[in-house]
Amino acid sequence: MNRPANPPMPINFHANVRRVVANPVLRASFRGAMDFLTAKRATQFPDANAFETLRAQGEQIRQYALSRLPDLLEQLETNLTRNGIQVHWAQTPDEACRLIIDIASRAGGGLVVKGKSMVSEEIELNHALEAAGISALESDMGEYIVQLAGEKPSHIIMPAIHKTKEEIARLFADKVPGVEYTNSVDELIQIGRRVLRDKFRDTRVGLSGVNVAVAETGTLCLVENEGNGRMCTTVPDVHIAITGIEKVVEKLEHVPPLMTLLTRSATGQAITTYFNWISSPRRDGEMDGPKEVHLVLLDNGRSTAYADERLRATLQCIRCGACMNHCPVYARVGGHAYGTTYPGPIGKIVSPHMLGLEATRDLVTASSLCGACGEVCPVKIPIPDLLLQLRQQSQGHSKAPQLPGAGSGHKTLQSIAYRLFAGLYSRPALYRIFGLLATRLRAFSPNQQGAWTRSRVPLRPAGHSLHERMKSRNGAKVK
Amino acid sequence: MSVALNEVRSYPAKPGDVYLFGTCVLDLFDPDAGVSAASLLENSNISVHYPQDQTCCGQPAYTSGFPDAARQVAARQLHLFAENWPIVVPSGSCAGMMRHHWPRLFEDDPALGPLAASIAARVFELTEFLLHVVKATWPQTGANERVVLHTSCTARREMGTHLSARALLAQIPNVELVLQDHETECCGFGGAFSVKHPEISAAMASDKIEAIEATGAATMISADGGCLLNLNGTLEKRGSTLRGQHIASYLWQHAKDAA
Amino acid sequence: MTPPSVARERILSRLRAAPQIVMTAPAVLTSPAEQSPETMLEQFRRGIEAFHAEVIDARERTWPIVLAEICATKRIATLMLPPVGMVNLQPWLDGPRLSRFDRPIETLKTELFDATNASLTIADGAIADTGTLIQSDPQRMPRTLSLVPPIHICLLDVRHLYPSLQSAVAATRWAEAMPSNLIFITGPSKTADIQQTMAYGAHGPRELVVLLTEDL
Repeated sequence: MNRPANPPMPINFHANVRRVVANPVLRASFRGAMDFLTAKRATQFPDANAFETLRAQGEQIRQYALSRLPDLLEQLETNLTRNGIQVHWAQTPDEACRLIIDIASRAGGGLVVKGKSMVSEEIELNHALEAAGISALESDMGEYIVQLAGEKPSHIIMPAIHKTKEEIARLFADKVPGVEYTNSVDELIQIGRRVLRDKFRDTRVGLSGVNVAVAETGTLCLVENEGNGRMCTTVPDVHIAITGIEKVVEKLEHVPPLMTLLTRSATGQAITTYFNWISSPRRDGEMDGPKEVHLVLLDNGRSTAYADERLRATLQCIRCGACMNHCPVYARVGGHAYGTTYPGPIGKIVSPHMLGLEATRDLVTASSLCGACGEVCPVKIPIPDLLLQLRQQSQGHSKAPQLPGAGSGHKTLQSIAYRLFAGLYSRPALYRIFGLLATRLRAFSPNQQGAWTRSRVPLRPAGHSLHERMKSRNGAKVK
Repeated sequence: MSVALNEVRSYPAKPGDVYLFGTCVLDLFDPDAGVSAASLLENSNISVHYPQDQTCCGQPAYTSGFPDAARQVAARQLHLFAENWPIVVPSGSCAGMMRHHWPRLFEDDPALGPLAASIAARVFELTEFLLHVVKATWPQTGANERVVLHTSCTARREMGTHLSARALLAQIPNVELVLQDHETECCGFGGAFSVKHPEISAAMASDKIEAIEATGAATMISADGGCLLNLNGTLEKRGSTLRGQHIASYLWQHAKDAA
Repeated sequence: MTPPSVARERILSRLRAAPQIVMTAPAVLTSPAEQSPETMLEQFRRGIEAFHAEVIDARERTWPIVLAEICATKRIATLMLPPVGMVNLQPWLDGPRLSRFDRPIETLKTELFDATNASLTIADGAIADTGTLIQSDPQRMPRTLSLVPPIHICLLDVRHLYPSLQSAVAATRWAEAMPSNLIFITGPSKTADIQQTMAYGAHGPRELVVLLTEDL
């Protein structure tokens, strides 16, 4: 098979970043989109205490489900099978792709029409399908635009967030047969609608992701606004759903709180246009619905994260994207710079168990630990704390079970620097001498201080340290 | 974690003595702020004790993934606060480290663990201490001025003290406090982040500065030395005349002017 | 490639080998207090209108008359109805051509996708706090009938309102016998994928009209 393996080399994050921060159009696009989503979300959570209560509930539901994950997965499988939905398990992206290719081939589908699924991006399904002679067509408007441009999504909820209206207008005029340039958003959407409608009608295989799977009933819950998700899961003969093994909850009554947290956090809506809860293929007496429904459960490193009690919290994620919408780093660099399927803060903490710490070593350091992500997370994932954990693992300083690539962030010079830091700052007498020297020799502070002085003047100590000044003074009083 | 983030804290009565933990950044780069913090406290009849053996809270190593180095440094600070006095820290970020992360750093240490936890409970960021414990007030002084406050992310999200800094400034009758656009956003410092990812850090700092300059305020205040190193270093490089001032220096100046 | 059964065993055994964290089940989640039918109806109406749906109160008149007016105003030429027995409606003078979703979709696709202006469905109930219609029985209301035609007209018996999704889940006891497909509809199809500008009629209906009635 001719699909790229996991990145063997570290993602070239720095080079990607330099390209974006130098591009004012792109930065304005991201800033505008982030501000829009942030403001919309804020309208949905006007009361901080109510939000805390709701997200504590969301956290509890997700943590409880994870605490029983293997049991719930078996229960889910039993109930889905009873309902007539076929369940498949995949350890790796490769296994997942092959399962899907097999199902699609048997269904005689030369084309798979896809609803939005980040897990399908994670396994690079489109490449795999094409290599197997099967076309894949994205039907979510944002995904369709991105596919037409030969790109990848830059945001997990709004895939084409990096593109301006004019860029999309140009793209449609260039790539869609018979289309004249128009920058009317309504017209552009109607163009997409026309192209995709024919495909929904005639395609034999539809694919979708899953927002939540319910163990007690054997139900797949999907959330969307456009209706393409319902098309993909309803009109074709065969519906293939793919999801990560972490997306299961125990009871149907656990779904409403998670759904409301998801839609409010993601796009600032109390609810999306469609909630689509699928529990079986077409039953006798029904006039429509797929004749076959399949669920592919993907591991791809999730069980490795699960083994670490702290990193397990990464699996609480419901993929709302609020962390990236509020992230000052994401707002500056955009989704593509990360080089991973999942960008932003959540991407920094889930990509290491999918791709290893070596490939992602520049991602775990790319945070000022400002905490904005943790503050908005609807299921209270302590993202900054997890970044600290991952930095420790990256340096080889963690006692926890190790992710692949642990210790790969180790650099001798950096290690020496922190050893010196520890040696100096744990010896008060030595430190005071250092302070004396640094302040007395301030005129000799170097003018070039590495990366610091690229955008700042050099650091130059004061004439006398606080230690000295506190020693030489008696309490001051304003009379 | 032993102390919940941003918890509603109950504050003690005004004590006779406090420790001042000056922070490594102020020690070398802005000692005026440290001295001003001491003066503000003394001015309210509190004796300030500055342990000469203090160095650093260990945060630089901690946030870079070097917990052993952080522990080695932090362990040396744990014995400096023998009396049961409050420990006042003129920095949200160092106070956050001491209050929230020291207990975790020593959680497996039977001797130092309980000590770290007991110290954590006594750590106060300067502005919360002035507002809630000292209950300091300022009389009318000087001409009216527009002041813009930059709150650090740790003050905001770990210590909940962004509001106390704002409340203190709001108490000064002739100060008009203005908010910058994207006020809650990080200035891009983040310790080692600023040199590991200089392009991102610089973009964040320059956006923050533009937002601050757009307020038209002549004075910029922050309660965090790290943010000030970053913002002032960038301002000077850009040739701007605006400089940020530590809130301790600003408040002490007002107290002196009023006298 | 490892056989599928092996993948399953390996994943489950890795999960079972991980440290066990014992947690109590989340407390039963509370629903909003009971509300009066008028309050809920008002809430429903405001909710779904905020999502760009049109709500027409047909309780004072018989709904087929109101429907006829809508068809005339919106120049609906072809209207598809659910299977026989679900809704009683006869063709009327100058009204649209009526068809029925009375056979499997395989033989109905061209008509449904390319030759139907509007559909008429009946909701099984609605959720007040979000303004959401419920369709819970694909045998009575085929799934695609509320999805494919550009205009969706939905009859709602105002006596079947639930305060919230949570209370609907509890009251209907769906968990005991899940419908093959449970659909919640809040407004017409939409997207903001192009530069955050909202556009309606992305892939599903461009318009959603809700007829309130007590006469079904």
